[in-house]
Amino acid sequence: MKFDAPAGANPIDKLRVVGRPTDRIDGPRKTTGTAPYAYERHDVVPNQAYGYVVGAGIAKGRLTRLDVSAAKSAPGVLAVVSTLDMDRLPLSKMNTASLFGGAEIQHYHQAIALVVAETFEQARGAAFLLHPEYQATPGRFDLQAHEDAPLVGGSSGEGSGGPKLDRVGDFDMAFAQASVKLDQRYTTPDESHAMMEPHATIAAWDGDRLTIWTSNQMIAWNKRDLAKTLGMSPDKLRVDSPFIGGGFGGKLFVRADSVLAALGARAAGRPVKVALTRPLIFNNTTHRPATMQRIRLGAGRDGRLVAIAHESLSGDLPDGKPETAVAQTKLLYAGANRLISMRLATLDLPEGNAMRAPGEAPGLMALEMAMDEMAEALDMDPVRFRILNDTQTDPEKPGRPFSQRQLVECLRTGAARFGWDRRKPRPGTVRDGRWLVGMGVSAGFRNNLLQPSGARVRLDKRGTVTVETDMTDIGTGSYTIIAQTAAEMMGVELDQVVVRLGDSDFPASAGSGGQWGANNSTSGVYAACVKLRDAVARAGGLDPDRAEFSGGRVAAGGRSIRLADAALHGDLVGDDRIEYGSLAKQYQQSTFAAHFVEAAVDGFTGEVRLRRMLAVCAAGRILNPKTARSQVIGAMTMGAGGALMEELAVDKRRGFFVNHDLAGYEVPVHADIPHQDVVFLPEADPVSSPMKAKGVGELGLCGVAAAIANAVYNATGVRVRDYPVTLDKHLQRLPELA
Amino acid sequence: MKPFTYERADSPAAAAAAVARTPGAKFIAGGTNILDLMKLQIETPTHLVDVNRLALDRIEDIPGGGVRIGALVRNTALAADRRIRKHYGVLSRAIVAGASGQLRNKATTAGNLLQRTRCPYFYDTAQPCNKRAPGSGCAAIGGISRQLAVIGASDHCIATYPGDMAVAMRVLDATVETVSPDGGTRAIPIADFHLLPGDTPQKENALRPGELITAVTLPAPLGGRHFYQKVRDRASYAFALVSVAAVIHPDGSGRVALGGVAPKPWRVDAADAAMKHGSRAVAEPLLAGARPAGDNAFKLPLAERTLALVMSEAKAA
Amino acid sequence: MTHEPVAAEAATPLLSRRDALLAGGATITLATAPAAALGQPMPAPTGADAQAAAAPVLMEVSMEVNGTARHLRLDTRTTLLDALREHLQLTGSKKGCDHGQCGACTVIADGHRINSCLSLALMHEGSRITTIEGLGTPDRLHPMQAAFIRHDGYQCGYCTPGQICSAVAVLDEIRAGVPSHVSADLEAAPAPTNMEMRERMSGNICRCGAYSNIAEAMAELAEHGA
Repeated sequence: MKFDAPAGANPIDKLRVVGRPTDRIDGPRKTTGTAPYAYERHDVVPNQAYGYVVGAGIAKGRLTRLDVSAAKSAPGVLAVVSTLDMDRLPLSKMNTASLFGGAEIQHYHQAIALVVAETFEQARGAAFLLHPEYQATPGRFDLQAHEDAPLVGGSSGEGSGGPKLDRVGDFDMAFAQASVKLDQRYTTPDESHAMMEPHATIAAWDGDRLTIWTSNQMIAWNKRDLAKTLGMSPDKLRVDSPFIGGGFGGKLFVRADSVLAALGARAAGRPVKVALTRPLIFNNTTHRPATMQRIRLGAGRDGRLVAIAHESLSGDLPDGKPETAVAQTKLLYAGANRLISMRLATLDLPEGNAMRAPGEAPGLMALEMAMDEMAEALDMDPVRFRILNDTQTDPEKPGRPFSQRQLVECLRTGAARFGWDRRKPRPGTVRDGRWLVGMGVSAGFRNNLLQPSGARVRLDKRGTVTVETDMTDIGTGSYTIIAQTAAEMMGVELDQVVVRLGDSDFPASAGSGGQWGANNSTSGVYAACVKLRDAVARAGGLDPDRAEFSGGRVAAGGRSIRLADAALHGDLVGDDRIEYGSLAKQYQQSTFAAHFVEAAVDGFTGEVRLRRMLAVCAAGRILNPKTARSQVIGAMTMGAGGALMEELAVDKRRGFFVNHDLAGYEVPVHADIPHQDVVFLPEADPVSSPMKAKGVGELGLCGVAAAIANAVYNATGVRVRDYPVTLDKHLQRLPELA
Repeated sequence: MKPFTYERADSPAAAAAAVARTPGAKFIAGGTNILDLMKLQIETPTHLVDVNRLALDRIEDIPGGGVRIGALVRNTALAADRRIRKHYGVLSRAIVAGASGQLRNKATTAGNLLQRTRCPYFYDTAQPCNKRAPGSGCAAIGGISRQLAVIGASDHCIATYPGDMAVAMRVLDATVETVSPDGGTRAIPIADFHLLPGDTPQKENALRPGELITAVTLPAPLGGRHFYQKVRDRASYAFALVSVAAVIHPDGSGRVALGGVAPKPWRVDAADAAMKHGSRAVAEPLLAGARPAGDNAFKLPLAERTLALVMSEAKAA
Repeated sequence: MTHEPVAAEAATPLLSRRDALLAGGATITLATAPAAALGQPMPAPTGADAQAAAAPVLMEVSMEVNGTARHLRLDTRTTLLDALREHLQLTGSKKGCDHGQCGACTVIADGHRINSCLSLALMHEGSRITTIEGLGTPDRLHPMQAAFIRHDGYQCGYCTPGQICSAVAVLDEIRAGVPSHVSADLEAAPAPTNMEMRERMSGNICRCGAYSNIAEAMAELAEHGA
C-alpha cells in the first residue's frame, strides 16, 4: 500500500479496540517468567555449548599475542576463537568499530576471543588463561582537546540533514544587534543504554545455513548485516528475536555476541550461546556520545527570538558519525536568523551511536536550558517565552507547515495541571525545611519518521487472525498494538488475534528504533489487513468495497457471514507493506511535549530529589494509552538519569569508560522516581499514516532532563550547565540556610 | 572463576582449621562480595569453607551491658533487631542505608566488615592496581577518583572502604571477636581492625591467616541521638560519596565517624572533642591532612556540610 | 585434549535422585566432603593457571524449588541463578548483571528475597526456593503478577520476574516490621507508603522505567491484601 495522500476515514477510526487502554497481551508471559529471551531458549536446538567473550585490555594498538593453548586444553573447552585467527571481518554500514578479526585494537574491550566450553563455568574459567599481550599506541580520548575538529554538517538520516554551516538569514548581524542575548556552553556526557538484558545470542549451523536466536531491535538489518560480516548469503540466515529485554538503540545493530556465537558454533561444531558479560557491555558495545554545545540566542525586548545559533561538537571513531544534537533547533522555535553546525572529532573511545532519541536527547538538554536562561534574562515566564516563539511552519522553509503542532497546547495544559502559577520566578527562594524547592519546564520535540513496514495476516477456519511480521517488541507494546490493529480491521475481539514477531522469516517491518515502530508497523499491519479483508469478502461472495467487519462477521449487501466460514476451505492471507510517498516533504511531521518537574535540593548536601513529574504529549493518535503512557514515564525516568546521575566516566589517559558496571554507572532506581503524570492531547494526524499515529517512545525523553535541571536551578539559583547535575557542581554555591 | 573445592564447616574452630590447612582457602558466608570478585577472577580461592551453618547467628545481651552480634547475623536481622533499633540506632540506620534489601538479607555481620573496595580500577583486571596485584601500580591516582579516598590513602592506593555498617560500629567502639586455627581467640577493637594502605594496600585488615570472625560486640548503650546520614547521587542502592555516623547527646557532645572518604571508617578523637563547637570545628581535626584529588575534592566541603546537617537535626530534636 | 565426560554431565540436570527422595520420604544426607572424596582431583594448590586449568569439582546438592525436590550434581562454581536457569531450565529468574547490581535474579530463599547470582547453589543445600514460576503461571496468576499487568508495571519484561519476587517479599518485610532507610521512626512499625515501597524496591533496576506503575501495583496489593 502506497500512502501518498492524507488518510481519510478508515476502519481504524471506529476506535473500538485501537485507542483504548489495553493490558499487554504478552503480560501473562512476562509476569510469570515464561516469555523466552535469547539466552534462555533451551528448547530451540539441543546440545548448546557456552561461549564467553574476552575483551581487549587496551584502548588502542595491536594484540601481539594470545596464547590459546592452555585454554584449549582446559577441561570442557570445545574451541577457542581468536581474533588473530582471521582477518578483520567486513563491517556492515551500520557498524563503525570492528566487531572481530585481526590484531588491531580500536577501542577498549573490543572482542578478541571467544572461549567455548561445555559449561558456562568452564568457558569463563578458561577465558582467563589467554594472557593477551599488546603493543599499545597513543590514542585520542579527550573531547575537550578537539574543539577545532572539522565541521561535518550531514544528516541524522532523519530529515534533519543540512550543509556544514547551515545558515538561514544573517545570524551574526541579527545576534549583534539583538537587545537581549545569551551565549552559553553546555556539555552532556557519554551515556550507556544499560538495558537490563545483556546482548545475547544462540547460534546454530545446519550445513551452510545459520540460525541465530538473539536480542535485536531490527531484524532485517540484523540479517543483512550479520550475513555481510560473516561473508554469507542472507538467504541462508534466519534471525529470531521474539522478546527483547530492552534495547534503547543499543541493540539496533549486529554486535559481537551474534558474530562470536556464529563463529564459535562453527568452530565447536555445535550450537553455542553467548551473552556479553555486564562489565564488558559498556565499552564493547555502543554508547551515546558526549557533546559540547554552544548556544547563542538573541531576542528583542518583546521576547521574540531573532537569532538562534546552535553548534555542537561530538566525537567518534574514525569514519564514525556525529551526535546530531542540533537537529531539533532547526524546527522548534521561530526566528529569522539561524546558524546550525556540528563538528566531529576523531576519538579512540568505543563506538558512539544511537541511544534513545539520538540528537534530540542531548540537544534539548542544552537548548531547553538555554531557553530557560534566556527567559530569565528577558524577565519573562519560561512557559510564556516558549509560547511566544512557537512556529507553525518549518522555520527554514516557511511554506512548509507542520502536519500537526500542539506545542502551545502542551505547554498551556501542562502549566495549568501542574500548578505552574505557584512557581516563584526568583530562584533559591522556596524552602521546605532543609530542602530548597523549585519547578522547571521544557519543551519536548522529536521527529516522526516514516519507514516501510510489512506484515502478513492470516485468517483460519477457527476465526483466528494471526499476524506475522519481523517487527520487534522491546518493551514498547508492539504485540498489543499490532493485535489491536488487526482486531479493529478484521472486526474481531483481541483474544482472537495471535501476533508473532521478531522472526526474519516473516515480512520485514520498520523494526524498533527512532520511535518509528508503532506507527509504521501498525500501518503495515493495516495494509495487510486491507488485503485480507478483500480476500475474505471475495471468499464469501461479498462486495469487497462495501464489506463491513464487526462481531467476527463480515457483511455487505444485506448478507453476513462468519469470518471463520470464509476460511473453511483454507486459510486466507493478506500480505502487504506500507510505503510512503512524499507527504513527509510537504509537511514537517513531528511530535511535541511539555515537561514539568518539581525538584527538591538538600540545602546541606546538595542532593537532588524529584517530587513531581508531568509530561503533556501531542503525538498523533495514541494507539494504546496504557502502553504509550508507560513509554513516556519510562523515558522520563531515563531523562531523570541523564539529568542527575548518568555519566560514563572517561579515563583520558587510558581511554576507556571506567565505571563499566551497574554499580559504577548509576541509573535511576525506584527511590529516585516519584509518581509520574502523563497527558496525551487528542490528536490524529492524517498526514502521518492510515493509523494517524506518530511515535511517542522517545518524545518522553526529549526535554525532560532540561526540565529537571531548570527545576534544580529554580530551587538553588545555581546554574549547572554540565550534565549530569550532581551535587558537587552546586554544593558550595547553594544559598545559605537561615 | 577458578575451580575450587568446597566444604561446610560445623564449628568455628574447625572452619578456621580448614582454611589454615588448605593453601588459598577462604571462608564464604553471605558470598555477596567474594562471589562478585571471584567471577572477575580478582579473588581466586582454591577451597571454600562455607560457614553458614555455624551457630553464629544470634544477637545476645552481654551481662553488664552491651550486645554480642554473631558473625552470621544477616544485615536485615541486625538492623531489625529491637535492641539494636532502640539502643544502637546508628547501626540500624547505617545498615539500611547500604546495598539493597536482597543483599542485606544475605550479607552477614562479619562479611560486611570484610567488604572490599569498590574502586573501579580494582575491579578491572586489565588495569594496574596495587591492592589486587601488588607492585603493579595504581591506575586510580590521576584517574577517575570521584568515589575515592581524600584522607588516609597513600601513594600506592587511594581506594575507599565502601561499607556503611562498619562506620556505625566505629562510632560505637565495637570489638571484633575471632577464633584462630589453633582455637585461640582474640578481641580486636574496630579502630584497629581495618588497616590503612601504606605500601601494602593488599593487606586490608588485622586478621591473620585462617582467623575467623565469630562475633562483633557493642559496649553498653551510649544513649543520645543516633544518626547515619549517607550522601549519594542516586537516592538508594549506591555507595556513599560521604556518610556521617554520629551519636549526639543533648548537650551537643558526642562522637562522629565518616564513611566514603578514607580506606577505613574514619574517626578522630580531636573531632569528637569538638562536637559542641559546630561542624567546622569538628571537620577541621577530622579531615586534617586530607589530600584530595581533583575530582573528589568536593568531599571535604560535603563532609562538613553533612556534619552540619546532622548537628542541626540533633538540635531540632 | 578432548573434554572429559564429567564435564558434559555437569551441563545436564541430574534429577535421578528425585524419585528416590520422594519414594524414601526422607532427606538424603549428602556428601559435604571436598571433591577429593568424590573422586575428583584436587586443584593444584599453587600456580595460578594450573588451578584455572584444573578439572571442575563436582558436588551434589538438594533443594526444594517451587515445591518440588530437586537434586543436582554441579560444578562447585555454579551459582544458584545458573543452577535454576541452565540446569533446571527455570529461566524466569534473569541474569542482568551477574554481580548483584540489578536485582533481575531475585528469588525467595527460605522466605527471604536474595540475589541468586551472588549465591553458590551449594550454599542452598536443603533450602526452599521460590522463583517467579513458583508464584504463579499464566493461567493462575499470583495477585502481584495480576496487579503488574493491570498497572502495566513492566515493559521489556526482563527485570519483571525479579521485581515481582521482590515486591511480594517487600510487603512481607513491611508486615514483619523490618525498618528501612526512609522509616522516620526506627522503633515504629513501618507502613506500606509509596516512599517505603520505593526505597525497599530500589535493589531492582528497571531501565524501561516502569517504577511509577510498579509502585501503584504494589499499593493496590498493600491496600487490598495479596
